[in-house]
Amino acid sequence: MNQIIDKYDIAVVGSGHAGCEAALASARLGMETIIFTVSVDSIAMMPCNPNIGGTSKGHLVREIDALGGEMGKNIDKTFIQSKMLNVSKGPAVHSLRAQADKMEYSKRMREVLENQEHLVIKQAEITEVLTENDKVIGVKTFHGTIYNTKAVILCTGTYLKARCLCGESITYTGPNGLQAANYLTDSLKKLGIEMFRFKTGTPARMDKRSIDFTKMEEQFGDKKIIPFSFSTDPEKIQKDQISCWLTYTNDKTHEIIKENLERSPIYSGIIEGTGPRYCPSIEDKVVRFPDKERHQVFLEPEGLNTNEMYVGGMSSSLPEDVQLAMYQTVPGLENCHIVKNAYAIEYDCINPRQLNATLEFKDIQNLFSAGQFNGSSGYEEAGAQGLIAGINASLKILGRELMIIDRSEGYIGVLIDDLVTKDNMEPYRMMTSRAEYRLLLRQDNADLRLMKKGYEIGLVSKEKYEKVCLKEKLIEEEVKRIEKVQVGASKKIQEFLQQYGSSPLKTGTTLAELVRRPELSYEKTKEIDCERPKLSEDVIEQISIQIKYKGYIERQIKQVEQFKKNEKKRIPLDLDYKKIKSLRKEAVQKLCVFRPSSIGQASRISGVSPADISVLLVYLEQNKLLTLKFSN
Amino acid sequence: MNQIDTIAAIATGLGNSSIGIVRISGSEAVKIADKVYRSKKVKKRLGSQKTHTIHYGYVYDRDILVDEVMVVIMRGPNSYTTEDTVEINCHGGAFVTNKILETVIKHGARPAEPGEFTKRAFLNGRIDLSKAEAVLDLIESKNDYALRSSLLQLSGALYEEIKKMRNEILYEIAFIESALDDPEHISTEGYSEKLEVKVEKLLNKLEKMLKDSKNGKILKEGIDTVILGKPNAGKSTFLNLLLGEERAIVTDLEGTTRDILKESICLKGIQLNVMDTAGIRNTEDIVEKIGVDRAKECALKADLILYVVDTSVPLDINDKEIMNIIKEKNTIILLNKSDLNSVVTRESLLHLNKKIIWISAKENIGMEQLEEEIEEMFLEGKINFNDELFLTNMRHIHHIKEAYESLVLVKESIRDKMTEDFYSIDLMNGYTSLGMIIGEETGEDVVNEIFSKFCMGK
Repeated sequence: MNQIIDKYDIAVVGSGHAGCEAALASARLGMETIIFTVSVDSIAMMPCNPNIGGTSKGHLVREIDALGGEMGKNIDKTFIQSKMLNVSKGPAVHSLRAQADKMEYSKRMREVLENQEHLVIKQAEITEVLTENDKVIGVKTFHGTIYNTKAVILCTGTYLKARCLCGESITYTGPNGLQAANYLTDSLKKLGIEMFRFKTGTPARMDKRSIDFTKMEEQFGDKKIIPFSFSTDPEKIQKDQISCWLTYTNDKTHEIIKENLERSPIYSGIIEGTGPRYCPSIEDKVVRFPDKERHQVFLEPEGLNTNEMYVGGMSSSLPEDVQLAMYQTVPGLENCHIVKNAYAIEYDCINPRQLNATLEFKDIQNLFSAGQFNGSSGYEEAGAQGLIAGINASLKILGRELMIIDRSEGYIGVLIDDLVTKDNMEPYRMMTSRAEYRLLLRQDNADLRLMKKGYEIGLVSKEKYEKVCLKEKLIEEEVKRIEKVQVGASKKIQEFLQQYGSSPLKTGTTLAELVRRPELSYEKTKEIDCERPKLSEDVIEQISIQIKYKGYIERQIKQVEQFKKNEKKRIPLDLDYKKIKSLRKEAVQKLCVFRPSSIGQASRISGVSPADISVLLVYLEQNKLLTLKFSN
Repeated sequence: MNQIDTIAAIATGLGNSSIGIVRISGSEAVKIADKVYRSKKVKKRLGSQKTHTIHYGYVYDRDILVDEVMVVIMRGPNSYTTEDTVEINCHGGAFVTNKILETVIKHGARPAEPGEFTKRAFLNGRIDLSKAEAVLDLIESKNDYALRSSLLQLSGALYEEIKKMRNEILYEIAFIESALDDPEHISTEGYSEKLEVKVEKLLNKLEKMLKDSKNGKILKEGIDTVILGKPNAGKSTFLNLLLGEERAIVTDLEGTTRDILKESICLKGIQLNVMDTAGIRNTEDIVEKIGVDRAKECALKADLILYVVDTSVPLDINDKEIMNIIKEKNTIILLNKSDLNSVVTRESLLHLNKKIIWISAKENIGMEQLEEEIEEMFLEGKINFNDELFLTNMRHIHHIKEAYESLVLVKESIRDKMTEDFYSIDLMNGYTSLGMIIGEETGEDVVNEIFSKFCMGK
């Protein structure tokens, strides 16, 4: 007789970065939530690189924070080094990255989960998702207990039918030797869910004591540390930082790799899963870029209280003996001791086009999913999806309208739209080049973009929301003022211009025009602006950006207006595309498979032409099927 | 798919009409019209005129007079598309109408997609639902045609050139993006100087393309012109003269040209696709008969027929047949072999009501007059050619211009010492514009290029 428990609203399966955000969001929205994990010791575990953020991923963390998620706060409390990347580039591509104390990160997140009202943790493997009439009704554990819930969020990461490969030896475990989940895939397949098999990898961990750092370049953190979370006080997180170290591979390294290629499970054909191109193993790099004489290797500490160092840039699935020989050719690693071998991991995930942009399955009501299970990779990508899935599962139960972040509102929108709209054949990673409106989607303005949404949903407090409203007002007023302030060709002004090597004025202009000159800035023009108000640093940053890049920003805003029009034109999910006779065959096939929810989404599916979209619009209009969504 | 921008197109056929209408529709329609319109005396702003009024004046492209026009203003929702609409009535004919459209586009309108006015009218609720099927068919057929013709019209060399340019642009975007994505691996030091040189080169190429487009060189557009005549009338000699090379085989034997020879030539900026045909006669020779039938077929489809008459021999039954064919067609009659004693007089052909010119293919007489005659017919709009093709070409040019403008912005960003991430935004726009010409989507190109060309990652 199965034990049946029905006191929970939402079951979250998996406690990685997606699962944690999903569970916290739903519990914070008042849903009785239970989170399942194969091991409570693996909550918010970082099985690969020891850092949070980085290019475009830093944007995601900021957005998670603005919407009321936990990741930003957690890394602010547990980082050991912090760096703003791309500071020599434009503000749109500045990205924050912090080295984490892995164990502290995991421990602190576990504490948050354990003390969250409406949330309980359960160590159990889920083997079945239960449905009735295409609607989810609960989950079943390995031990046979049934949890009847109103919604289920799958965040199984890399655990489904996982196997780890290190040369010829294969272990049937999840990351870091943790127990794999071998039953759930079959249950999902029975529900008609299409599965993929993906692969990823991680480099070796080394004993710090065996490394000669004198042969490497030291990589410091920033002097002034900037927090991820908008609610972290920057003053309170300034601290001594731990360095990373840079070294390089060489001919010898590459030679050893080439000689042993046939022993790599990828080249010998043992690995079936599709791996990510952005995160190639060192053997991939050597094969695919034979002209490169050397590749960078970063030694990154895994935490304050461990001697383990992560060898960034050299993930591998070569056998143990080759690994050791290969690593030992690298300057500084001649006598290295490997604590944990590098390995590749294969796992089951879904084809994400089965999801709506709300992260709910199109064909199974109240079943949501997030993270690597959706074919993405990365802690931040997982966290972002987890948050959205947690929010939407809750909103669904509460009978409220679900939330979609679109491509013009955030990297989260780009991430999810890409996953559910494009043919995704490898683990998906966020990149700034994927965001077409990136000048607007900066990490510095995530609060201005998204906190309102977070507040409306109920994850951001009124106090914080009002603070951001005030900030918005101050920025707007000051930008307006600067655009209006007239500057004459007075002696004082000409001297000021001369001082910065800026050409003198022939006629009067506005202060804003001067700010836009490459050699000047908002800050520099302070001395010729007698009415300059005293403003906080973050407000000044926004004002500078908005004035300096006005032309570019306005162009993107125009593009966004066009984009929004088509996003608002909703298509019914059950539309029978085969009935539309003027659509081209290829378009019919693609549309049938993806079942886009808006004209905008339809237009992004490859193989659907602008003419097909016209036909679709006319057909929908003709049959009065087109509904406009006027929100936002 | 841009529902809110302002579109323009020629609303009348480009053919034989005495007036042409260029229609502009969208929120900026009146504003754009104001930029090109000048009234006769008092300065009049169209923007402050009442709806459904008509205004006499001129269209100027900056300071150059384009045409004398009547401008009709119809403010939404009381217009065909329900948007603000302006119709510029100008003198008919391809040349002028096209010039006006070009001017309007230069000042901010976008060339309309095939069937776009009707689509807008429909989507804005202007057209009865019962006509929806027809609208669907229209969009489908017009787009289908545009798509086919778009590629067909593009000369092979241009197609390759655009592909090459796109690849070059893509590489630069991918480089910048990979450096932004992986700043610790890839440095952009000294890159902007290199990029500026490359962008300059691309700009030169695009500029040349735009210039060529004005001379009709870049696109296989043009007037389908057929040379007709009975055997040995001197058609092939005439063609060679036009081409300035020995393209057709010339012999004294009748029926030498059995198949159809096609050549493109440019006369005074007007492109003629000239087809030399087999001489028209009743023949028992099967191969020659096929040639004759094809010649007739071609003649029926042609925009212009050049009928070469051998004046050294009397008109016969074969000439009669040709005269039948040319009855309804734009034709110029060329009285050939004027160097020999003529037995055919100009007067005997006057009843055909066609232009008649004396030429000597051998002695190069009359060619200049012929050129002038063709030019006049074209400018008057007497010679018609497929307006869909014309519009397709217009779109090509528009996209080349867009790409050009995007690259100018890249150059400006470099000059203004903006950072690299700004370059790639405009490079991307240029890349997309060029893709429109050859019908290629942008999709995942950048990401794919990054991974194939640059070594990334942990």
